[in-house]
Amino acid sequence: MLLLIQYTLIFASVLVLVALGGCFSEHSGVINIGLEGIMVIGALGGALMMKYLSAGMAAPIIILLVILASVLAGMVFSLLLGIAAIQFKADQTLVGTALNLLGPAAAVVLVRAINTAESVDNVSSTVAYGAAKKAFIVNIGRFEFNWFMLIALLLLIASYIVLYKTRFGLRLCACGEHPQAADSVGINVYKMRYAGVLISGALGGLGGLVYITAGVSEWKFENGVAGFGFLALAVMIFGQWRPVNIGLAALLFGLFRALSNVYTGFDALVALKLPSTLYNMLPYIISLIVLVFVSGKSRAPKAEGIPYDKGQR
Amino acid sequence: MNKNSGKKESIWRNNGFQTIMASILCIVLGLFVGYIVLLIINPGGAWEAITAIMKNFFYYPSAAAVKKYLGTTLVKASALLMCSLSVLFAYKVGLFNIGAAGQYVVGAGACLYFALGLGAPWYVCLVAAILVAALVGGISGALKAYFNVNEVISCIMLNWIGLYCVNMLLSTVKEQSTPYTKTLSSTNKSALLPNMGLDQIFSKNEFVTLGLLLAVAVAVIVWIVLEKTKFGYELKATGMNKQAAKYCGMREKSNIILTMMIAGGLAGFGAGIFYLTGIEQWMVQQTAVPAMGFNGIAAAFLGGLNPIGTIFSSYFIQHITSGGTYVDKTMYCTQISDLISAFIIYLCGFVLFFRLWLNRFLDKREEKRSVKGEKGGEA
Repeated sequence: MLLLIQYTLIFASVLVLVALGGCFSEHSGVINIGLEGIMVIGALGGALMMKYLSAGMAAPIIILLVILASVLAGMVFSLLLGIAAIQFKADQTLVGTALNLLGPAAAVVLVRAINTAESVDNVSSTVAYGAAKKAFIVNIGRFEFNWFMLIALLLLIASYIVLYKTRFGLRLCACGEHPQAADSVGINVYKMRYAGVLISGALGGLGGLVYITAGVSEWKFENGVAGFGFLALAVMIFGQWRPVNIGLAALLFGLFRALSNVYTGFDALVALKLPSTLYNMLPYIISLIVLVFVSGKSRAPKAEGIPYDKGQR
Repeated sequence: MNKNSGKKESIWRNNGFQTIMASILCIVLGLFVGYIVLLIINPGGAWEAITAIMKNFFYYPSAAAVKKYLGTTLVKASALLMCSLSVLFAYKVGLFNIGAAGQYVVGAGACLYFALGLGAPWYVCLVAAILVAALVGGISGALKAYFNVNEVISCIMLNWIGLYCVNMLLSTVKEQSTPYTKTLSSTNKSALLPNMGLDQIFSKNEFVTLGLLLAVAVAVIVWIVLEKTKFGYELKATGMNKQAAKYCGMREKSNIILTMMIAGGLAGFGAGIFYLTGIEQWMVQQTAVPAMGFNGIAAAFLGGLNPIGTIFSSYFIQHITSGGTYVDKTMYCTQISDLISAFIIYLCGFVLFFRLWLNRFLDKREEKRSVKGEKGGEA
C-alpha cells in the first residue's frame, strides 16, 4: 500500500509539472503538443548532469544543479516551438509533432555518441546516474520520499498564484483569450507568448527529469517517455486548464499509472489474473474515457492554436 | 515589360513550383543540419557518413546487389507512402492524424493474426488489416465528431492501446524460443503477397510484390478522390469550415468519422502490404510504436500535401532512413537519419512563411519594375 502511495505521488508529480507547463503555454495561446519531446530533452539534460557530477557533493547542490540543467534544456528546446509558432506563424500541431520526433532522436544520437566515445563497443543509449540520484530521496521509514513531490506541490501553488493573482498571469491569459484586445491595451502579445512557451519548456523539462528518476537509476533514451507528455495533456484538459483541478486530475492518473508498477502487491488484483499488459494500457484507456466526458464543455483558451498576426482584424 | 520576363515570373509564382522549391529547401537544410551534428560528434568521418546516408544501397559495388536493395527500400517506401497518404487525407479535412502509427500497428496485428493464427489467404489478411485499422481510425473520428475530443490526443492514446493489444494478440502466434512472430513462408505461404514477376526485376528480391503497384495505384486514387470528386470536395469543405459545411447541408459529423476511417484504412493497408511480404516479423515485446507512422507525417508534409508528391517524398524519407544503417557505426549511430527527418518535419512548418515571403518579394520586384518601366516610357 505504501508503495502504491509512493508511486502514485511520484507519477502525479510528473503529470502535474508537465500539465502545468501545457497550461501556461495554452493560456498564452500556443498549443504545446511537443511536451513529450521537451520532457525527453529535459530528462537528457538532467541525466547528463547527474552522470558528470561527482558523487561527493552536498545533496542540495546536486539537486539544484540537476534541476537547473533539465530546466534549461527544456527551455532551449521549447524555443524551437516558440520561434516557429510565434515568429513564423507555423502550424503549431505540426511543429509540436516535429519536436516530439526531434527530442528522442536527438537524445539517442547524443547519448550514443557519448557512450561510443567512452568505449567503442558501447552502442547503447543508456545513461546511468545511480549515485547522484540518491540526493533526491529521503527515506522516512519504508516510504521513499522524493524531493520532487514537494517541488511539484510548491510549483502547483505557485502556478495558481501566478496565473490568477499577478498582473503577469492575467495578462498571459488575456493573450490566449483575445490577443487583439490584449494588444490594444498595450500588452506585447509576442513577448507574452514567448514567456508562456518558455515556462512550459521549463516545467516540461523538469517533469521529464522527475519521470526518469522515478524508481529507476538508469534510463534508456530509445524508450523516450512513453506517451507521458500526452497523458499530461489529457490531465490538463481533464483539469480544465485550472491548476487546482490539474493537481487532482494528476493524482487520479498517477494512481492508475502506479497500479501497473505495483499491482502484484495486492492479492485481490492478482486474484483477478488479468494480463500485466492490461495494467500498462490502463492509464491510456482511462484518459480516453475521461476525455469523452470532459471535452464537450471544454474551457480551452479561445485563441489557442491561432498564430497572432498584428495586422489581422 | 517584355513578355519574356513575364513568363519567367509566372514560374516563380506557380503554386506547384513553389511547393517543390520549398520541399527541396527543407531537404537541403535538413541534410545540412544532420551534417553539422555529425561534425560535432566526430569531425573525422562526417562527410563519409552523410554521403553513406544519401547513397543508401549504392554502397554495394555490384549492380545486382544495388537492384536488390533498391527493391527492399521500395517495399518499405510503399508502406511509408500509405502512412503518409493517411496523414495527408486527414489533414486535407482539417484533422491531424498522428494516429497513423497506431493504425499501422493494429493493421499489422490484424493481418499477421489472420495469416498466422487463422491461416487465411493474402487478400483476406489485407482486407482484415484495412478494416481493423479503419475501425481504430473511426474511433478517433467519432470521439472528435460527437464528444469534441482533440484527435491528436485520442490518437496518441489509441497508439499505445493498439500497441499493447497487438503485442498481446500476436504473442499467441509467436515462435517458441524468440519474441518474434512465426515467419509467413514457414507457416502459411498463401498469405504472402504474389510477386507477379516483380521480384525478377529486382535481382530475385522475393519481398518485392504486388503491394508496390497497389501502393502507387492508391496514391493516384487518393488524388482523384480529393481533387476530382464531389465526395472529396465535401470532405475538404468540412475541413475548411465545419459550420459552413453543415449550413450547406453536408453531414459534417459523418464526414469527420468517414475521413478518419479512410485515413485509418490507408495506414492499415500500408501495414498489410509491408508485413504480408514476409520482410519483417513482429517483435511481441516491442515497447515503442514503430516509426513508420510518424515518418508518414514527414513524408506527407515534405510532399507538399499532394498525393503524387508524397510518392517521391516517401521514397526520399525511406531512402535516408535506410541509408542511416550504412554509417560507420564505430563513430555514429543509425538514428542520425531519424534526426534528419524529424528536422525536415520541423522545417516544413516554415513552408507557409517561406511562400508568403517569396510572394511579397515578387510583388516588390514587380512594383519596382513597373515603376522603372513607367519612367522609361516617359523618357
